[in-house]
Amino acid sequence: MTSSPETQEPLSALDRPNSYIGKVVPRPNLDRLMQGRGLYVSDLELPRMAHVVFVRSPHAHANIVAVDAGAAKEMPGVIAVVTGEELASVITPWVGVLSHLKGLKSAPQRAIAIGRVCWQGEAVAAVVATSRAAAEDAAEIVSVGYEELEAVTDMRTALDPETPVIHASLGNNLAFERTLDAGEVDAAFAGSEEIAEAEFIFGRHTGVTLEPRAVVADWNAAETRLTIYQGTQAPHMVQNIAALHLGLEESQVRVVCKDVGGSFGIKVHIYADEMATYALSKLLRRPVKFVADRIESFNTDIHARDHRCRGRIGVTRDGTITAFEIDDLTGIGPYSMYPRTSAIEANQVVNLVGGPYRTKNYRARARVVFQNKNVMCQYRAVGHPIACSVTEGLVDLAASKIGMDPLEIRRRNLIADDAYPCASASGLRFELLSHHTALNKLMAMMDYDALRTEQAALREKNIHRGIGIASFIEVTNPSAAFYGVGGAKISSQDGVAVRLDAQGSVVCQTSITEQGQGSESLTAQIVGSVLGVSMSRVRVILGDTDQTPYGGGTWASRGAGIGGEAALQAAKILRKNILDVAAAILQSSPTELDIADNAVVNADDGAPRIELRELARIVYFRPDTLPPGIQPELMATRHFVPREYPFAFTNGVQASWLEVDTDSGFVKLFKHWVVEDCGTLINPQLVDEQIRGGVVQGLGAALFEKCVYDERGQLTNANMADYLVPMSGEMPDIDVGHVVSPTAESELGAKGAGEAGTAGAAAAVANAVNDALRPFGAVITEIPLTPQLILTSLKRI
Amino acid sequence: MKKDVTVTVNGHKYEARVEPRLLLSDFLRDTLGLTGTHVGCEHGVCGACTVRVDGEIVRSCLTLAVQTQGSCVETIEGLSDSGEITDLQNAFRERNALQCGFCTPGMLIAAQDLLKHEKEPDRAQIREHLSGNYCRCTGYQAIIDAVEETAGMRRERKP
Repeated sequence: MTSSPETQEPLSALDRPNSYIGKVVPRPNLDRLMQGRGLYVSDLELPRMAHVVFVRSPHAHANIVAVDAGAAKEMPGVIAVVTGEELASVITPWVGVLSHLKGLKSAPQRAIAIGRVCWQGEAVAAVVATSRAAAEDAAEIVSVGYEELEAVTDMRTALDPETPVIHASLGNNLAFERTLDAGEVDAAFAGSEEIAEAEFIFGRHTGVTLEPRAVVADWNAAETRLTIYQGTQAPHMVQNIAALHLGLEESQVRVVCKDVGGSFGIKVHIYADEMATYALSKLLRRPVKFVADRIESFNTDIHARDHRCRGRIGVTRDGTITAFEIDDLTGIGPYSMYPRTSAIEANQVVNLVGGPYRTKNYRARARVVFQNKNVMCQYRAVGHPIACSVTEGLVDLAASKIGMDPLEIRRRNLIADDAYPCASASGLRFELLSHHTALNKLMAMMDYDALRTEQAALREKNIHRGIGIASFIEVTNPSAAFYGVGGAKISSQDGVAVRLDAQGSVVCQTSITEQGQGSESLTAQIVGSVLGVSMSRVRVILGDTDQTPYGGGTWASRGAGIGGEAALQAAKILRKNILDVAAAILQSSPTELDIADNAVVNADDGAPRIELRELARIVYFRPDTLPPGIQPELMATRHFVPREYPFAFTNGVQASWLEVDTDSGFVKLFKHWVVEDCGTLINPQLVDEQIRGGVVQGLGAALFEKCVYDERGQLTNANMADYLVPMSGEMPDIDVGHVVSPTAESELGAKGAGEAGTAGAAAAVANAVNDALRPFGAVITEIPLTPQLILTSLKRI
Repeated sequence: MKKDVTVTVNGHKYEARVEPRLLLSDFLRDTLGLTGTHVGCEHGVCGACTVRVDGEIVRSCLTLAVQTQGSCVETIEGLSDSGEITDLQNAFRERNALQCGFCTPGMLIAAQDLLKHEKEPDRAQIREHLSGNYCRCTGYQAIIDAVEETAGMRRERKP
């Protein structure tokens, strides 16, 4: 031996040859996507596959008088034209309610409308043909007679007695209402030295996944089994729902999810046209493909936000926030979405407002109303951007009233870092957050004081720059408290199976899914680290209900924290099983052995004893040579769900530095900073990229994105040229920093990070714009912050 | 109604009889099975369908297949196999400049176009050149980093 082990520091977990947790490693299998050799649903072709195109309502609200498909059925290539009545023999309607959202109501929704359409874009007939082009040609000559009805479009008047009730059976247009009254709100406002209030308005926007929603449904009549190829975030949820409404056992439905071209919460729901496609395949006994075109995407992919929220904050002159009060109103379209419902966003707003702050005085009301617009539901950061913008907007207004720096008022009111565990005024339980550490780190990263100096100097030159700060909390790692307790069959637990193959490589099947976040990578990193196996020898299988353990999938920032822990625990069991076999082969003890670099080694000196490849060969092909009584188990499965806390809250803070051109109303973003705390970082690069991507979606909401409806319920900008999304030229560089407060609920300690960026970005930008406009006395509490809005506030137009 | 078209795609000559209305993107994807060319917006805004025709980048969703008569078309599959953008792809991998990957083929082709014409692009130029290619996942920064990195490496290789 040339070196003495005694003189060396013991290897830390991160220094072992196969320790990948906490390290930047490239995601596996990116070449597939970079070479154009992925398999998105829109790429899929099956034998005898037909294509469906939907005839959609041009009206927001109308009775369907007649559907004449006679001429369309004669068109070349047309296989069938199917109406809602005809499809109803194959698939049952659904109602998007959850029992824990007390009072939430909705009406039965059908795969294809029967008798009446309730939004522009609702399908009234399906045209199935041998090609997409043939189906589109035929769809154009399906003649539908409509009797137009008055459309309910303005959420503010949806509950007025003179407004028509969209679903008569429900009695009114109120889908859901929640109130909350915590602490002594009236007394707190009475004792406040200043009170600030405003109405915050949020544009209706949508996810714009670059690959539209797509599904291929393949009913095999001989197997009596339906295979659904779909870009979904939750395969087992789709399996459950498809089986339920097609009258099948879940074992008769397989959901396969290959590459997915963007999701962001858009692809975690059950859409009527997807249900129709499953049903059409069963009806026509052949594979049927549906790929939404871009206009359909805008008219039928869930929309989100569209809130009007009145907010009030009390403060004393020393900067103590005394109370928050909100009254939130949102319009969700004609149906509550299935199965997650459309009440969750408003419910989250009530939960989250004031969340980072100490005050226990909080009153809230949220009302969710029906309207004749496209359906609304959960999109990335559900409710968080609303709650954060309202809270942080109010905090800045309060600071302005008492002449205090925005950072200082936050410092005086954020929950102290040593106060945990504790709860928010709305009853959210926090295990461990780090608001102050995060704020201090942010201040250092952005050099806050220097920016303030620069801002002041530029104002002298009539250049108006602003700094905006937004602290936030994020719901991650949801337990059954999110959906399961309300009766939805959406799994909150996830499972991972890990096995050693016959050449000593590892195959890992996980129930979380991949849409680019890095689920495959984090699973391979964790399994490789625990087992002592190179990542290149870990193959991860996701997105197939026939292949993976049962679980929830990837949404609500849960993949790493829940699926990652299941992977860790499964790998630990497999490791133990491998060492047991190795000890038998080597006539050693498992405690004297370890695994490193794809081989069993001595635990003390690291000397190689047997390669995993050789161990696997013996186990699979020469078990006769093993000692009697040994039955190796080179496959292990574990599941995980958080039980102690309903959600693993994370926290963070964002800042924006921008310039407002007071002549044109344009906003130029210079820089954006984020400090966030998602606990253990499995792959810091992937976390940073989740944050950056999330921030940019939030910046889109802040400045550009809005579904513009007219008073008749017509979506007037349903294309990518008119609906603006952020482009590379107008986005800033985004610096990301971390504080690490692991959750003790899991050995891994990881919380989620998928929504933190979106949660606070718009609030930071809105605060920065108002900061820039301070010399003009203008305050804007509406997004998107369009040039028109800014110039109007400056009284320039 | 159908028209004959002869076109070279990724070095292979194809003769096909197509409807005049057939888009190049649909011809590549559905007729030739080259599904690396993606369709995002269907009207020339998002850039996911970007391909090269006779050396120039075009939107294949705004181009008819019959317009490529006698032309050389290159798609992401061809650019990958020829090795022309291997360094750029490596930089994308190292920088995690893709998440869902749907925009990536178009993004790589558009970036390669810039790198061919501009040896030392600054970040603002890269951002400007890629502004016709939408990405909803990354926030763009990693993509800009990867293109900048590739430009630097190419300069070092060819002083």
